[in-house]
Amino acid sequence: MSQKVLLTSKEVNIILHRLACQLIENHLDFSHTVLIGIQPRGTYLANRVKAILENDYQIKDVQLGFLDITFFRDDFRRGEKQLEANKTQIDFLVEDKKVVFIDDVLFTGRSINAALTAVQSFGRPSEVELLVLIDRRFSRHLPIQPDYRGRQVDAINDEKVIVSWKEKDGEDAVYLV
Amino acid sequence: MSELSVNHLLGIKYLQKQDIDLIFETADHFKEVINRPIKKVPSLRDITIANIFFENSTRTKLSFELAQKRLSADVISFSAAQSSVKKGETLIDTVNNILSMKVDMVVMRHANPGAAYFLSQNVKASIINAGDGAHEHPTQGLLDSYSIRERLGEVGGKKVVIVGDILHSRVALSNIYALQMQGAEVKVCGPKTLIPKYIESLGVTVEPNLRKALEWCDVANMLRVQNERMDVNYFPSTREYAQQYGVDKALLDSLHKEIIIMHPGPINRGVEITSDVADSQQSVILDQVENGVAIRMAVIYLLASKIQQ
Repeated sequence: MSQKVLLTSKEVNIILHRLACQLIENHLDFSHTVLIGIQPRGTYLANRVKAILENDYQIKDVQLGFLDITFFRDDFRRGEKQLEANKTQIDFLVEDKKVVFIDDVLFTGRSINAALTAVQSFGRPSEVELLVLIDRRFSRHLPIQPDYRGRQVDAINDEKVIVSWKEKDGEDAVYLV
Repeated sequence: MSELSVNHLLGIKYLQKQDIDLIFETADHFKEVINRPIKKVPSLRDITIANIFFENSTRTKLSFELAQKRLSADVISFSAAQSSVKKGETLIDTVNNILSMKVDMVVMRHANPGAAYFLSQNVKASIINAGDGAHEHPTQGLLDSYSIRERLGEVGGKKVVIVGDILHSRVALSNIYALQMQGAEVKVCGPKTLIPKYIESLGVTVEPNLRKALEWCDVANMLRVQNERMDVNYFPSTREYAQQYGVDKALLDSLHKEIIIMHPGPINRGVEITSDVADSQQSVILDQVENGVAIRMAVIYLLASKIQQ
């Protein structure tokens, strides 16, 4: 199968810094903001963003949680593959907080739709934003758009966008397969 | 593996070790869910489940109902006492009538061993056995192992003694299968009249002396004396039973190590265990009840995902 590099390690790094700066622009000291990585693949991006905010921009105590949406998905019993659950770890209430969802690829928007339902179990956020590394244009099933996007990609439906992370896959890169 | 090897939960005997691991992993997630401010997920909103109880039950029935509601399934419950079963309807007819109302899954308790298996062969629905006579009570077996795993880290290599009325107990059999499958060692302890004749063929040993059994074990699962199933006298008096096979605080404190006390409920306080034992730090009885909901959510979720749409 042919694969094309969409983003190299260097480009991913630049984009992550830009996304972090855009977050700071809107959220300043993050005292009323919480970051929530969407399980499973959004957690790597969320950890990176948090690390950049803390190490490079000296923002202390950024609250980060991970949300698993398996039990909230609308394709239970529809797919051929059984859904596998991951850990939800949100040790704070999101009541009246600004929530930023973080995921690697925005495709149909159904995961984010499920996440919007799932996060209500932890309180009523004052607002919810979405940060994604890759935004696949023209593929949405729902009216959901990112507030912060790393790179916009036009890909046909049978193509797959694969984001690999150093901590999991050995390198930072984005491929179109 | 992310799928159960079975389409029904009829007994632990029909499961494999990987199934138990999968159920436990899924239950971990649901345990987190039921400790959230909003304890509900929408996964099973298109599934309808019938709870059919031909025998009395408090804990199991409530626990199943709660698990189903936490998963957003539609639930209908039915007790045989108020039903047409009394008018002479057969089991298959009763269940088929319920199924024609578009029910996807049946949770059944019945006094006859094998009733759940019989149903699974004859009706088109996913069946969960909630206790069939003195045969099996698989969700109880699973939640007992799950509670041991939670307290001690793992089940493999642990020593468990099941004390009391083994003869009439479906909990005992499901526990024996579940524990052995996960690599635990099992002994049973109780009056000779209440130990089944061929119990050793299951690979468990019999220890008639309670103190010796407790000194040996890491976990003691205290079963209830099932007076309602006893057609003859199996021991001279309840008082004598309590003296020989009841656990009190003094006995527990005199042991060389701290053991865990379990009880599937309902407790006859002062018979199998005294109140101070039931309410002590070593007792995990209420954890068992909480874990029951998580385990049942996991079982229902995993079986529901195998129902064809």
